[in-house]
Amino acid sequence: MAVALLVSGTTVALANEVGQIKVVKGGVAVEREGTRTPVTVVMKVRLADTLVTGADGSVGITFTDNSLMSAGPNSVLALNKYRFDSTTHAGEFDATLRKGTLGVISGKMVKQSPDAMKIRTPASIMGVRGTEFVIQVDEAL
Amino acid sequence: MRCAVAVLALALGACAAEPPKREQVAREWMVVLPGPDGKAGSIVVSRAGQEQVLDRPFASARVQTDGTLKPVPTTRDAVHATFATTLEAMPPKPTSFQLYFLEGKDEFTAESKREIERILDELKRRPAPDIVVIGHSDTVGGDTVNDRLSLQRAERVKEILSKILNLPAERVQSAGRGKRELLVPTADNISEPKNRRVEISVR
Repeated sequence: MAVALLVSGTTVALANEVGQIKVVKGGVAVEREGTRTPVTVVMKVRLADTLVTGADGSVGITFTDNSLMSAGPNSVLALNKYRFDSTTHAGEFDATLRKGTLGVISGKMVKQSPDAMKIRTPASIMGVRGTEFVIQVDEAL
Repeated sequence: MRCAVAVLALALGACAAEPPKREQVAREWMVVLPGPDGKAGSIVVSRAGQEQVLDRPFASARVQTDGTLKPVPTTRDAVHATFATTLEAMPPKPTSFQLYFLEGKDEFTAESKREIERILDELKRRPAPDIVVIGHSDTVGGDTVNDRLSLQRAERVKEILSKILNLPAERVQSAGRGKRELLVPTADNISEPKNRRVEISVR
């Protein structure tokens, strides 16, 4: 019982934990508070994280509203804003693909409110009404 | 005529740029994909006052290096050629399963006993699954009894899942909702097999 309580204590998600790494292939790192750390499966993704994949890298992430994202090789994905209310499904999701490729499957917050999710690229902004799409951004000129 | 339009477009591109040099941006490409049902959602692409609504399967737009945003036709094969590696890394979609119980007990129905094998196979295929198990009861009996029964049902399922999938306890959360969340709405004190259930959600 004591063990169960301890464990459940650690599962209370930090407010800034917004998702989880589910798939990692090749080199993938996260930039967080100025440091770059290699990413592993099960690792939590936090607000303001930037995910960076190498030439052989790709990464798959689930978010707490059941949104899914995957980034291909040579990609840089920044999580600018994220909040999700699991009771009302209201929320806000704002991410930037600086370069590379990104796949997106929107989740509960877009279903609840079609303006909840925005994906930015260096030249564009995408409002996501649902559900599945892909984006490619070439290397900056 | 086509030439005139092209010249106009170029002129507009030039006007939008910083006066001394022409605007140059990295090329971008966006494509809406069909979902599992074959239908597509939609995205609205905005780029410096230009807008494209992509709302059909394989509807696609490109940002050219001169900054223009244009719809372009594409195919499943072209998308695959560029995005195969990206989409292979997409985690499996979150899903849920129901298991049903005998009246007043935390024992599965015969059908659910068989079903659990299939669910376990499905869960084994998922990388680093996060599982939430919620137990429910029908409306026979009071809240205290049903809260306890629904939690017992959830704990029973949690035990099986964490043992067979060899998952650390914190990856499987459980709770009992008693008779508060009926799958089939009924009056009080009604024995309803569909309400005696556990819902397993996995992400």
